[in-house]
Amino acid sequence: MTSAGTRQEWQRYTRRERLARFALYFGIVTACVVSLRTVEIIPEFLYDAPEQMADLLRRMWPIEWRYYPKGVHAALIETLHIATLGTIFAIAMALPLGMLAANNVTPNAGLNYLAKLLLVSSRSVNSLVWALLFVAIFGPGALAGTMAIAFRSIGFVGKLFSEALEEARPGPVEALRSCGAPWPSVFIKGYWPQVEPAFWGIALFRWDISVRESAVLGLVGAGGIGMAIDSAMNLFQWDRVALMLVVIFAVVLIAEVVVTEIRKRII
Amino acid sequence: MAGIPAAAPATIEVRGLTKEYRRGTPVLRGISIAFPDRGITAVIGPSGTGKSTLIRCINRLVEPTSGQILFHGADLVQLSRKALREHRRRIGMVFQEYNLVERLSVMENVLSGRLGYLPSWKAFLRRYPPQDIAMAWDLLETVGLTPQANQRADALSGGQRQRVGIARAVMQQPDILLADEPTSSLDPKTSVEIMELLVSITDTRHIPVIVNIHNVPLAKRFASHVIGMAGGAIVYDGPPDGLTDDHLNQIYGGEDWQE
Amino acid sequence: MNPGLTARTRRPAFLPNWPARLAWLALITYAFYAASILDVTWERFVTGLDNGMRFIARMFPPDTGAAKLQLLAKGLYESIEMAIIASALGILLSLPIGLLAARNLMPAWVTWPMRLFIALCRSFHQVIIAIIFVKAVGFGALAGILALTVASIGFIGKLFAEAIEEISLKQVEAIRATGAPFMSVIAYGVLPQVLTRFVGFATYQVDSNLRNSTMVGIVGAGGIGGTMFAAFQRFDFDFLLTILLAIIAVIMVSEMLQNQIKKLYQ
Repeated sequence: MTSAGTRQEWQRYTRRERLARFALYFGIVTACVVSLRTVEIIPEFLYDAPEQMADLLRRMWPIEWRYYPKGVHAALIETLHIATLGTIFAIAMALPLGMLAANNVTPNAGLNYLAKLLLVSSRSVNSLVWALLFVAIFGPGALAGTMAIAFRSIGFVGKLFSEALEEARPGPVEALRSCGAPWPSVFIKGYWPQVEPAFWGIALFRWDISVRESAVLGLVGAGGIGMAIDSAMNLFQWDRVALMLVVIFAVVLIAEVVVTEIRKRII
Repeated sequence: MAGIPAAAPATIEVRGLTKEYRRGTPVLRGISIAFPDRGITAVIGPSGTGKSTLIRCINRLVEPTSGQILFHGADLVQLSRKALREHRRRIGMVFQEYNLVERLSVMENVLSGRLGYLPSWKAFLRRYPPQDIAMAWDLLETVGLTPQANQRADALSGGQRQRVGIARAVMQQPDILLADEPTSSLDPKTSVEIMELLVSITDTRHIPVIVNIHNVPLAKRFASHVIGMAGGAIVYDGPPDGLTDDHLNQIYGGEDWQE
Repeated sequence: MNPGLTARTRRPAFLPNWPARLAWLALITYAFYAASILDVTWERFVTGLDNGMRFIARMFPPDTGAAKLQLLAKGLYESIEMAIIASALGILLSLPIGLLAARNLMPAWVTWPMRLFIALCRSFHQVIIAIIFVKAVGFGALAGILALTVASIGFIGKLFAEAIEEISLKQVEAIRATGAPFMSVIAYGVLPQVLTRFVGFATYQVDSNLRNSTMVGIVGAGGIGGTMFAAFQRFDFDFLLTILLAIIAVIMVSEMLQNQIKKLYQ
């Protein structure tokens, strides 16, 4: 029975919420519109694009499989070494930095801040840019690539590691401290057992990403299959480029499967 | 409430309804029955006997293997998706686990009963016509949840959530209300409250209710008509006071039916 | 002393964890092996450090001349625009693509092609995709935008589809029972359950696009990457440092903005 004075209105959001949401939408739309108007896109290139893509794909087919043993295999192995060794270095450096950044392991706020700053900087700089820098320092080759992967990964592993440490239960740590154990023992027996599975999970995850990234570092001269891709592209040998892309795709798939298997076993 | 003769014209009638989840083991064996057009009809029986399947076949949430489901004479089994939707909006449903959209508010959940009548874009923007909103406030008052209108559904207790579920179903202005074990997740006191709410709705709005229930005392107390099922077939179809212990033993096969 | 007791106490308290020890040993051995194969030797490292010091010295102080700053601003501006457009496009496209790829909502003949498409978008590094687009649509921002859009679809699409596959179908069932049309079922039954996660993925991807937009320029796809590469090749290292610092600053600002937006959708 509807009484005469029944309300006929209902608002989903409060006035404040609506204002905030409107401001957000407005901001996003403005950003998009401004960007679209000022970015330089040459319309002819845009219309031409499908045909160019089709042309490219035609040049990539058939894939030159025979090139693999001579030109690709060694470079691929080098790429894998770069990824793995780089990740190992990164783990070695991320462990102490992560410990410094965790506010329960290192109570000193200044050190925390410094460590976090280093970790953020490592993540903000792209691995390709790191590669450029290291090519300037160490010269072209795998050393530059390994260092680039290492330095880029420190931020990733270190941040997640410090977050895992901060979520560790304080109980076991307190127990060890109260019986007079020295600090290294407290860490190894108190914190480490709690974070170990998470740590290896993070390391594996990062290795998987590093494999993908190592493949392209060669484009700036830092070793691995990227250099082979670069030379093939400069010579317009697109069928070889296609071969290398397929190889990378396969390796990335295999790496993902490997990582999933290992994770099932240790986590 | 005294038993009502089943001679009134049926809103829902099933004929030869069969359902096999696995070939060769039918859960429903050729059920034919006309559900009463008034009051609360309780379907009772032990678990696994097909009560839930029967209810869910009526609005085709479960697809029947064979048979007919006549809703105002139209066979729902034959309908296309679009036509089925149009008929579904006239059938309200209340679920055992409430099935509310947890993250939306109580009001939005109640209003979602009108989704069958509102174009999608308006639904997305939450632009309901004023009559719908008035009806929603009215229903919230009826189920006693007006203060909770803007709370998230998952902040409510079980009994409160079921009331929202009932309000949502009644918002559809349905011709019939189906309830699939609406009290099974609730404590005894709240179960009684919910059944009383269903009775008041059927009395004041004249909507027949088909309730699937395993608590026999509750069924006898609130239903105006009882259907007993055993082994996928109907073994009792009559008023609650005609339900003797013999019938109950036949239905439950010696199983404990005192809940 | 009881001789029986001594015999029993000789059993070690901790059995050595051979698999773990072997794994550590393998890891360390591998490190040395790989190092030798890659010619990662200590001398090179030390020489490199020396080089590195000189390099860093040449980078300081950062170049803040007016002409350079203008170049920097232009490049940064273009990168930010690329990131914004690519994110908007990517987010808009990922919504339907993710929905179509969810196996609990769609039949197999729809989900398989969609999932394949998403996998393709994810598999290749953004730089490689950028190179392909550069060849297809020419140098400049368009290639970068397209490359970043593809990467966004790969990331958001996959995670969004997985989020949808984890929802409770009971809520969907209830909405379907009211006779609601398909889009309304999605709007009321599916979206409320996954919206916060979608916003999380979207903001993460916006940040990722911003970072990557600075890089695709290295292969000619527009933005500050190109400016940076040019500075690098001209040995203009103090300008290089300016650029790097600017990039880090932009990324930090965007992270702060993102945290604010996430709070709004809580």
